[in-house]
Amino acid sequence: MTDLTNLGIKAIRDGVAAGDFTAREVAEAFNAAVAGAAALNAFIVTTPDHALAAADAVDAARAKGEPLGTMAGVPIGMKDLFATRGVQTTAASHILEGFKPEYESTVSRNLWNAGAGMLGKLNLDQFAMGSSNETSYFGNVISPWRKEGSDAGMSPGGSSGGSSAAVAARIAPGATGTDTGGSIRQPAAFAGICGIKPTYGRCSRWGVVAFASSLDQAGPMARDVADCAIMLEAMAGFDPKDATSLDLPVPAWEAGLDADLRGKKVGIPREYRMDGTDAEILDSWERGKQWLRDAGAEIVDISLPHTKYALPAYYIIAPAEASSNLARYDGVRYGLRDLPEGAGLQDMYAATRAAGFGDEVKRRILIGTYVLSAGFYDAYYTQAQKVRALVARDFERAFAECDVILAPTTPTASFPLGSLNEDPLTMYLNDVFAVPASLAGLPAMNVPATINRDGLPLGLQLVGKPMDEQTVLNAGLAIEQRAGFAAKPEKWW
Amino acid sequence: MSVDKATVAKIASLARIRMTDESLERMVPELNGILDWVEQLGEVDTSGVEPMTAVIPNTLRLRADVIDADPLTGGGRRDAVLANAPAAEHGFFGVPKVIE
Repeated sequence: MTDLTNLGIKAIRDGVAAGDFTAREVAEAFNAAVAGAAALNAFIVTTPDHALAAADAVDAARAKGEPLGTMAGVPIGMKDLFATRGVQTTAASHILEGFKPEYESTVSRNLWNAGAGMLGKLNLDQFAMGSSNETSYFGNVISPWRKEGSDAGMSPGGSSGGSSAAVAARIAPGATGTDTGGSIRQPAAFAGICGIKPTYGRCSRWGVVAFASSLDQAGPMARDVADCAIMLEAMAGFDPKDATSLDLPVPAWEAGLDADLRGKKVGIPREYRMDGTDAEILDSWERGKQWLRDAGAEIVDISLPHTKYALPAYYIIAPAEASSNLARYDGVRYGLRDLPEGAGLQDMYAATRAAGFGDEVKRRILIGTYVLSAGFYDAYYTQAQKVRALVARDFERAFAECDVILAPTTPTASFPLGSLNEDPLTMYLNDVFAVPASLAGLPAMNVPATINRDGLPLGLQLVGKPMDEQTVLNAGLAIEQRAGFAAKPEKWW
Repeated sequence: MSVDKATVAKIASLARIRMTDESLERMVPELNGILDWVEQLGEVDTSGVEPMTAVIPNTLRLRADVIDADPLTGGGRRDAVLANAPAAEHGFFGVPKVIE
């Protein structure tokens, strides 16, 4: 039998349904792969029993001839931002170390209902704040990819870096991610895999540790476009427990996959051609245009004039919301408590938060507190919300002229861990192409395109109209079929 | 606008984060770097633009005003609510004494 860990979501599901192998065999193969990849530090905790129990349930259902779910027999990695009942959920922070939720997030519940099992909880940037996976309390995730001729540890991207590393290293066929300002797309680009952030509101945020509530959105990360369509379909859906959940039926994205783009217009935003963008990234963008033209699409130039202001607006809005969301971690109801001798309540809050949050989280809470404070609220926060409205309006106008937008996902390929740490601003710039779509709540996807001169993956980004994930997936499929991206990291771990 | 050490100390106290003198010193240039950079938003003409509050048009739904409408979140789950508390006593969250 071929090594089951070489299979993706669709191949596993179809193989289990056809009886080519059992779900238990798949779960055992991936459990072993996870156990053998500790050097990547992709998992904070592993849950082999969860994967086996879900697999056994699928095998039993199949033996009885019962209908199987759309993810039946597929073991996945769960970003440690999703509350999982009885399994430690930390958001990669010290302040939530040991927290075992009494409830299950809606997205993880949906996946278990579809027949998936859990391999473990994936490492990430602490509270999803970071673009390199260097802010986790549980240590850095190391990308399975390496530069040619070097064994320096590379960044898997962030914040969903455990997810991107696990999928790229073939220790999970798929993983959940969350995207606030690029946290699915940027790590997917760094790791040479696919990842889609759906329209804001498609996936319930109930039970997802909140970073910036008006931006946070869950999505799948997997090896190819079809696997993303399958997994997104299982994750998405209306949830009355989330007031921002979209009350709309989930489209049949997998059945709707079609790489024929005749009649579609693809917009190329001229403002995304920025100084400092890698020549190889620009080259892959050109090839992307050619691939989409080849699939029948017409390429049109568009303008998104407020692009330059999206990132600074994001770094006001996201920290502002974070400072409010993270106020709940005070040592009273759950998580860490630091109670110095003789301390009062206020001292306990301050000591607990000092001990429980990492530097990047503190930095963002302080920025958020500052921009929301009296005297600065209008100058910073209100102005940023107005700029956000202008960024969204740019997209609305652009979509009058095109059906989907093609752009690079990141301005550079992955970088060595530790190389960008001195200056938080340099790190923030990594999300320059990802953040505008997040501010506008639009569906956006990374698809691997090429390998650069160092042997590292480069990705292309597709951004769609609200609720039009199908066109994003279809354009992604057209690129995937033509790019022929087959590279995978060489096993060193 | 730029912040000094006293301002950062004030923000940290508003944010309920204890900070040492040394970490305050370190944070001042970092916060100023970020604040200088976001200043560029001031260049954008936003006259007549409404600040965005909801990114995708959606209507606010209200839950039915019924006790125990949801078995998981509707109430009567005291032990589950207290299960992760660092100090739970007599069915309540325990905190340091606030009244002498």
